[in-house]
Amino acid sequence: MSQPVQDLELVSVTKRYGKTVAVDAINHHFRPSSYTCLLGPSGCGKSSTLRMIAGHESVSEGAINLAGRDISHLPPAKRGTAMMFQSYALFPHLSVIDNVAFSLKMKGVDTRERRAKAAEMLELVDLTAMAERLPDQLSGGQQQRVALARALITRPQVLLLDEPLSALDPFLRIRMRGELRKLQRELGISFVHVTHGQDEALALADEVVVMNNAVIEQAGPARDVFNAPRTRFVAQFMGGHNVVALPEGHFAIRTDAVGVGAPGNGVEANVTGIEYQGTHVSVLARIAGDQELTALVPENEFYSNPHTPGDRVGLIWDAKNLHKLTA
Amino acid sequence: MQMGRMRAGAVAWLQAAPMALVLLVFLVAPIVMIAIVSFWRATEFSIIPAFEFDNYEFLFGSPVTYRVFLNTFKYALITWAFTFVIGFTVAYFLAFHVRTLTWQIALFLLCTIPFWTSNIIRMISWIPFLGRNGIANSALISWGVIDEPLDWLLFSDFAVILAFVHLYTLFMVVPIFNTMMRIDKSLIEAARDAGANGVQILWNVIVPLCKPGIMIGSIFVITLVMGDFITVRFMSGSQSANVGRLISNDIALLQYPSAAATAVVLLGTVLIVIAIMLRFVDIRKEL
Repeated sequence: MSQPVQDLELVSVTKRYGKTVAVDAINHHFRPSSYTCLLGPSGCGKSSTLRMIAGHESVSEGAINLAGRDISHLPPAKRGTAMMFQSYALFPHLSVIDNVAFSLKMKGVDTRERRAKAAEMLELVDLTAMAERLPDQLSGGQQQRVALARALITRPQVLLLDEPLSALDPFLRIRMRGELRKLQRELGISFVHVTHGQDEALALADEVVVMNNAVIEQAGPARDVFNAPRTRFVAQFMGGHNVVALPEGHFAIRTDAVGVGAPGNGVEANVTGIEYQGTHVSVLARIAGDQELTALVPENEFYSNPHTPGDRVGLIWDAKNLHKLTA
Repeated sequence: MQMGRMRAGAVAWLQAAPMALVLLVFLVAPIVMIAIVSFWRATEFSIIPAFEFDNYEFLFGSPVTYRVFLNTFKYALITWAFTFVIGFTVAYFLAFHVRTLTWQIALFLLCTIPFWTSNIIRMISWIPFLGRNGIANSALISWGVIDEPLDWLLFSDFAVILAFVHLYTLFMVVPIFNTMMRIDKSLIEAARDAGANGVQILWNVIVPLCKPGIMIGSIFVITLVMGDFITVRFMSGSQSANVGRLISNDIALLQYPSAAATAVVLLGTVLIVIAIMLRFVDIRKEL
């Protein structure tokens, strides 16, 4: 091979718990130095996949390759991966700096050296001032940064994040995801991030991997997955789409590609609900065949010609925005 | 406003009163009584209320006292060491190796079965086992391990400590198991992720997080052993003594003031030991 391969690859990786299949022979190639989000509802197998990559769950079948070698039977610390846990799993009895230096202590690095290295990591996450505190004296966001520093000190090729933002309040969540993205760019390593929030995945990921029922439904750049959902599940889970059954089959159409006009134009519909969302107004309307569609209308446009539930309207869309679904 | 605050204060006192009263009558008063009696004068045929230090002078002046206190510490220390090692191991097994909660509860209850009988019965049952012609000796002889029956199995320090360990290990298991169950399992995974092996996880994560439980168990065991007199009497065949036996002998001879003085000194000693132990570990968050 001409270039050093740093990519992470899953080769028909399967996880079984007794008779239930949590992850069903999935294949995926994670591009090097990319930010990938594993997205899906709870119980879809995304966490099991991440934990198999980390080595905290055994692989029932298949292989996990990192940098050209199969790591699926190595202990977690020998894989070149590091994991950041959902609840951060900081050691409550150790100070921030000792938490960060923990893996170096396990390797037998002497106190002064490991503290110096840990101090560097704390500087990276901007927590130098908190070095001597105990984890429960820190805020949620600070704890998360400690967990990040502790995972990164092992110099992993891949950082695995298990729902890293779910313990934070919404405001902090948005700030921390910005920091995660920035850190990934600075370090140039791969991040694999498990989440059930599509907004988080879209905001962060170079590549989104949507999972459902133990398999990958669709994978690709965030924009492709959002704009061209392949299946009904993906269209619905990613949000912002209507799924319409037309004589030619099922189609997805973005809610903002649906316009509301006077009755007689486009498809006949009955307004069933109006929801104000700040920049937009979402208009719920029922069309023939008892299908409910959403039209996302810019706020000023809506209020220049407002509708109320019960109104008869016509829903208009451009046929080129209809996107055929395979399932 | 002022009235309201006073009434609120009175209500708080009233709410605390029943418990305070119980403690006062059943804990503080008897101790105060013992302390008072310890200053009384005693002769062979009479006990006279007084305030003199004769009892303490005699106690601190006698070499027997020091020997017996030393022996008490020896029992406490050795018993503590054994109950700690066994208790920690059992708790570790229950908390980290038994996977399902049902089995954990079942095995835990199994540990408590011996406690359904009385202390003394459990202790006395050792006697036919350890005696000169007991099960242990005859088994060892029939296996050819020894030719002569071992004398030190019964009525010895060995027997005393064996009985102590048998009686009190559960007091170590329970609090340690309790703190272990509260350790977040993801901490263990995080340690493994950082490259820690089994021993390192035990030493760097589990033991530090179990410290409060270890300390509570240690306080139980040490106070129980230091206050005991019946185990030492039965299992040593009255050949060894600890402070409890000193007190019980005094009582048998109706030397109440002398017994009271010894009790006060023992109480002081145990409190000092506990105070020292609490300097090392903060158990408040466990209570």
